[in-house]
Amino acid sequence: MTSVIELEQLSVTFGKRPILKSLNGALGGRAIGLLGPNGAGKTSLIHTLLGFHPPTSGTARIFGQDITTDAKQVRAIVGYMPESDSFIAKMSCVHFVRLMAELSGIPASHALERAHEALFFVGLGEARYRPVDSYSLGMKQLAKLAQAIVHGPKLILLDEPTNGLDPPTRSRMISLIRQIRDGGRARILLSSHLLRDVEECCDEILVLKDGQIAANCNLEEERKANRKFIELETRGGDRAAFVEAIGGLGCEYALSGERRIKLIMNETVEISDLYLLALEHRVQIRRLNFKRDSLEDIFLKAMENGNVGEGVSASVNNENAVENANGNGRMSNGSL
Amino acid sequence: MAVYEHLYGAYEGESHSAWSRFLVIPRYALREVFKSKLLVTIFILCFIYPLVATILVYLHHNANALALLQINVRELLPIDASFFLTFVQVQCAFAFILTVLVAPPLISRDLSNNALPLYLCRPLSRAEYVLGKMTVVVFLLSLVTWIPGLLIFFFQASLAGFAWLWANLWMIQAIFSGCMVWIILLSLLALAVSSLVKWRVVASGALLGLFFVPTAFGQIINELFLTRSGHLISLWATINSIWRGLFGLFVRQTGTVRGTVTNPIYDEKFFNHPLLEPPLWVSWLAVALVCAVCVWLLARKVRAYEVMK
Repeated sequence: MTSVIELEQLSVTFGKRPILKSLNGALGGRAIGLLGPNGAGKTSLIHTLLGFHPPTSGTARIFGQDITTDAKQVRAIVGYMPESDSFIAKMSCVHFVRLMAELSGIPASHALERAHEALFFVGLGEARYRPVDSYSLGMKQLAKLAQAIVHGPKLILLDEPTNGLDPPTRSRMISLIRQIRDGGRARILLSSHLLRDVEECCDEILVLKDGQIAANCNLEEERKANRKFIELETRGGDRAAFVEAIGGLGCEYALSGERRIKLIMNETVEISDLYLLALEHRVQIRRLNFKRDSLEDIFLKAMENGNVGEGVSASVNNENAVENANGNGRMSNGSL
Repeated sequence: MAVYEHLYGAYEGESHSAWSRFLVIPRYALREVFKSKLLVTIFILCFIYPLVATILVYLHHNANALALLQINVRELLPIDASFFLTFVQVQCAFAFILTVLVAPPLISRDLSNNALPLYLCRPLSRAEYVLGKMTVVVFLLSLVTWIPGLLIFFFQASLAGFAWLWANLWMIQAIFSGCMVWIILLSLLALAVSSLVKWRVVASGALLGLFFVPTAFGQIINELFLTRSGHLISLWATINSIWRGLFGLFVRQTGTVRGTVTNPIYDEKFFNHPLLEPPLWVSWLAVALVCAVCVWLLARKVRAYEVMK
C-alpha cells in the first residue's frame, strides 16, 4: 500500500503552545478517518498539511511531496472542504465552483464544464445558478464538496463534512464520499467527531489526542482479523462435551456465563463444523455472533490508553474479563 | 466526470501556467464590479476630462476650428507640463472615487464569508492572492489615469511634430510614474483597510477618513504653527508634491509670513518668515512608509486562518 501521507516528527506550535507533537507515521488507506476529541489537533493537522500553519519542526509528505518545500505542488493535488461556512458572496454556485477550478489551474473553457459536472455529481445540478449565500446549510456543504473535487484532486481533505446536516443529507454526503472512495481516483482524509461517519467511510483511522497519535490502525484488517472471534449462545444438550469438542478442533475458547461460549476459530475450522458438533452433542445454537471491535471500542481504548504512540494497533476488545475454562482451550485474561 | 453519469472523475486535461493563475481573481472581480450601475456611471464620468483635454489639444492645432469658434489660441491652456499635471491631478481624484467604490469589499467580503481558506488551499500563495486583488484596482485606475494621459500626450505629439515629442519625452515618465505611484498607494491602502474591516461601508468610510482627516489635521497644524510641515501627514499634499516634482514644477517656498514681534528688551522687530514645503525626498519617503505599513498589515491579515492569542 503506497503512502498517501507521511508524517515525519511533525510538530506545530502556536505561540508557546504545542498543537501537534512529533507526529510520525504513514497513512495509506483509501479513506483515512481522523478522529479525536475537541482540541486534539485534527483540524490543525489538516491545516498544516495544506501549508496554513508552518511546522515548527519535522515535516510531512503527501504522495511523496514535501508540504514545506513543494507547497504549491501539494496544493495542486489536494482538494479541501473546510469545516466552517466558506463561500464567495454574490456569486452563483456554478461560478463559484468554476472560479475554484480555474484557481486550481484548469483552463477557463474546461473549468465551466467541470463545475457543471461537479455540481451534478453532488446533487446541486438544479440549483447551480442560485447564489451560494441563498443556500441552506446542507446545500452549502454539498457546494463545498463540489469545489473540493472540481479539479479532480488525488487527495481530498474533508473537515467535518456532515456537520449540522439532517439525516437524509448526511446519508447523501456519506454515500458521495463512499462513491469517491470506491472510484479509486482519489484518496480521502476525513476528519469527524462522528464515529459512525468514519466507520461507514474509512478503511484506516488515525486517532489524535492532545496533539499526539493515540492510535493508528487499518480498519479493514481489524475487521478481517475480528472475523475469527465468535460468540455462541447455547441451550440444552451436553454443553461440557460440546465445549471439549470445540477445543478438540484446535479452537481457543472461554465460557462466559452459563450459556455463552466465546471462541477463536482455528483457520481450518468452518462455521458448519460448529453446527455439526452441536448436532452431535444435542446443543442448540440460539445465537452466533462474529465479535468485532466497533470503532467506538477502538476510539475509547485509544483515549483510555492516552498517548500510545505512533503505529500502535488498537485491536482490543472491551470484554476482557473472561472466565477461564479448563482443558486445552485455555485463554489468558484480556486476550479476547 | 460527465454530467449525465453523475460520477466523480479526475481531471486529465492541460493546466494553465502557474504564473498567470492570480489573474483569474481580477477577471472574476471585474465582472462583479461592472454589475454596479453606479460604478459604471462614475467610470464613464471619469472620461469627461480626458475628452475635454483631447478637444483642447485638437483646438490648439486646428486654426479653422479656432476661427469657427472665434477663440484666440492664447486664450487656451498651453499644452505643457502644467497641462499634463492638471490632467494627472483631476484624473487621480476620479481614481480615488473609483477606489472608494471598488476596493473596500475586495478582501473584506472574503474575510466575512471565510473564503480565504478556499483560495489559499489551492496553488496560490498569499502574495498572489493580494496581487490578484490589487490588479483589480490597478487595472481599473490605469484605464482612467495614465492610459488616457499617454494617449493624449501622443495625440499632441502627433499634431505638434517630432521636435515637440523630443523636447517633452520626459513627460511620458512623469505621467506614468505620477499615476502609478498614486495607484499603488491607493490600492495598497484600500486593500489594507479592506483586510482590517469586514463591513464594506465601514471600510469605505475608513478609506475616506484616511485621506481627509489627516489633511484637515495637517491644515490645522500649518495654520497654528505657521508652517507647511502639516503637509507631511496629508496624503493629498504629499502626492501633490511628488507630482509637481515629477513634472518639474515643485517649489519649496509656497508662501511667506510677514509680521512684527514686540520684545520687551529690544525694539519692535519686523520678520519675514518663508513657508517651506517639506523636501521632495521626504514626500517620497512618506509614501514609501505608508506603502510598507500597508504591505505589513496585509501580510498579517491575509491568512487562511488567524491564530488567536
